[in-house]
Amino acid sequence: MEAIKSTNKKKTFWEKVKENWELIVLTLPGTIWFLVFAYLPMFGVIIAFKEWKINGGFLQSLITSEWVGFDNFKFLFASSDAWLITRNTVLYNLTFIILGIVLPVTLAILLNELLNEKLSKFYQSSMFLPYFLSWVVVSYCLFAFLSPEKGYLNNIITSFGGQRISWYTEPKYWVFIIIFMSQWKGVGYGTVIYLASICGIDESYFEAATIDGATKWQQIKYITIPSLKPVLIIMFITAIGGMFRADFGLFYQLPKNSGALYPVTNVIDTYVYRGLMNLGNIGMSSAAGLYQSFVGLILILVTNGIVRKVDNENAFF
Amino acid sequence: MIEKIKNIFKPKKAKQTSPVNFNSISKPTNILLNILFSILAALCIIPFLFVLIISLTSEEALRMNGYRFWPEEWSFDAYRYILSSGNNIIRSYGITIFVTVVGTILGLFIMTTYGYALSRKYFHFRGFFTKLIFIPMLFSGGMVSSYLVVTRFLGLKNNILALILPLCVSSFNIIILRTFFRTTVPDAIVESAKIDGASEFLLFRKIVLPISLPAIATIALFLTLGFWNDWFNAMLYIDKNSLMPLQYLLIKLETSIEFLIDNSSALGTAAIEEAAKMPKETVKMAIVVISTLPIVCAYPFFQQYFISGLTVGAVKE
Repeated sequence: MEAIKSTNKKKTFWEKVKENWELIVLTLPGTIWFLVFAYLPMFGVIIAFKEWKINGGFLQSLITSEWVGFDNFKFLFASSDAWLITRNTVLYNLTFIILGIVLPVTLAILLNELLNEKLSKFYQSSMFLPYFLSWVVVSYCLFAFLSPEKGYLNNIITSFGGQRISWYTEPKYWVFIIIFMSQWKGVGYGTVIYLASICGIDESYFEAATIDGATKWQQIKYITIPSLKPVLIIMFITAIGGMFRADFGLFYQLPKNSGALYPVTNVIDTYVYRGLMNLGNIGMSSAAGLYQSFVGLILILVTNGIVRKVDNENAFF
Repeated sequence: MIEKIKNIFKPKKAKQTSPVNFNSISKPTNILLNILFSILAALCIIPFLFVLIISLTSEEALRMNGYRFWPEEWSFDAYRYILSSGNNIIRSYGITIFVTVVGTILGLFIMTTYGYALSRKYFHFRGFFTKLIFIPMLFSGGMVSSYLVVTRFLGLKNNILALILPLCVSSFNIIILRTFFRTTVPDAIVESAKIDGASEFLLFRKIVLPISLPAIATIALFLTLGFWNDWFNAMLYIDKNSLMPLQYLLIKLETSIEFLIDNSSALGTAAIEEAAKMPKETVKMAIVVISTLPIVCAYPFFQQYFISGLTVGAVKE
């Protein structure tokens, strides 16, 4: 074995190919998929610097379209939309990152303490359920409560003599609704992940701590949370990297694409989609899309770099 | 690390209860926590139950009282309507099932082959092919150029493949599979099988796939759920009624329920008459229910697999 390994280094490229050709064949379907669905679109981001004109196929149109430099970006950032969608995307995501750590970690710690394991399983399953529903289904569930004429909430309000609220045209409620629904759908997922990590902690740590007279709170602070650190960091880096990305369904399906709510529901993803599908404004949408991808890339590289400096073991790559 | 991953896929052993439960929370705290979690669990389940109840309400009661948890009059009209004249709905169901099954199989094929090749230490091009799938995790071409690639380059507008291909591969799943193959299929087995004259392909089919069933089942679940709940690709690529998956049908229904009536068979006054007969509100909710029921019913069985997949995903290489 050792001998084989040491000769490996001297092999030429073609010898390596010959030796591994079967494995290369196995990677082919995947390689083709990535070339078409990941790398070709990556190359396609140059549309953002061009004025898209259809001229034959995709590649031909891409190449023959006229270069316009940063014009598309100038238009984008000159509009008030650019600020609005950036603000909405970033502020919502910051809230989601904080809540997405605090809520599931707290719930996982509490669930782990429950005396009855069957009940704990049941709670866990129930809270995980919304994660499996599509945003379309969730939007119907929400509509059952918020429908202006028949909705449950308005029924309650009117039965107390109040005025019906036209939920889908009142932006002031939606910041709360969006945050609430995102947590409603996602909290189970986070809880399950953190709970799995907590279950993996060696019981003897806790036993020793108890014998030394540590309180529950001290155990959580000095054993549980430090043990969760690797998972927390991975989730955190991923979340920071996705800070410019919004969950399209949450911001488009849930408010039923209601125009009155755009000030609080328009995010980069919905802006790009509307630009592309409703307005056919390829230049502006692709500029917004590239802006999103580019900042996302920078964010993930910077976060990872910081994590690597502080705590090399837990860096992403 | 290897042990960690192995343990995740093993059925969890029952927690050993120590003879003296000196580190448990007190009974009153336990009761308080149980109350808290009961409320949270209810909060997560009730919205879906509410939709189910609305779908079983009579259209008349709905018009009079709005949505209620205990309707004045129960009725199966909505489901009867779907069974008798819901051709569109049943066809959409068929599309969803087709897309899910074909997409899952295709995705598994592409990702297991790729993941297996990456898992082999003697694969000289491992580094290159790992980078190939890693870069798209950091930077994406975005919605606009992906849209143009699918519609212009591949010409898949209004083609069922547009619902399948863009979704069937993900770097994240390949990494999970690679990690699993690396631990369950040691190079030693592969070496010895190769000495016996087995090709990589034979080996992959006869040894690797059978012993990796747990991981493959997990990925299959991720895929199935992704395809079943997808509406975004349909929104981008499908205009034809005959190719609408269920989730997209639900989106269309939000704006016009009349859309359900087969416009080819019923035109003009006939269509209006049929529209008048239809229990509109409840039919919508009934479609939500039938589109979600398979997930809710299968949920208790696949939840464990799902969790194991997620936790492997959170483990770094």
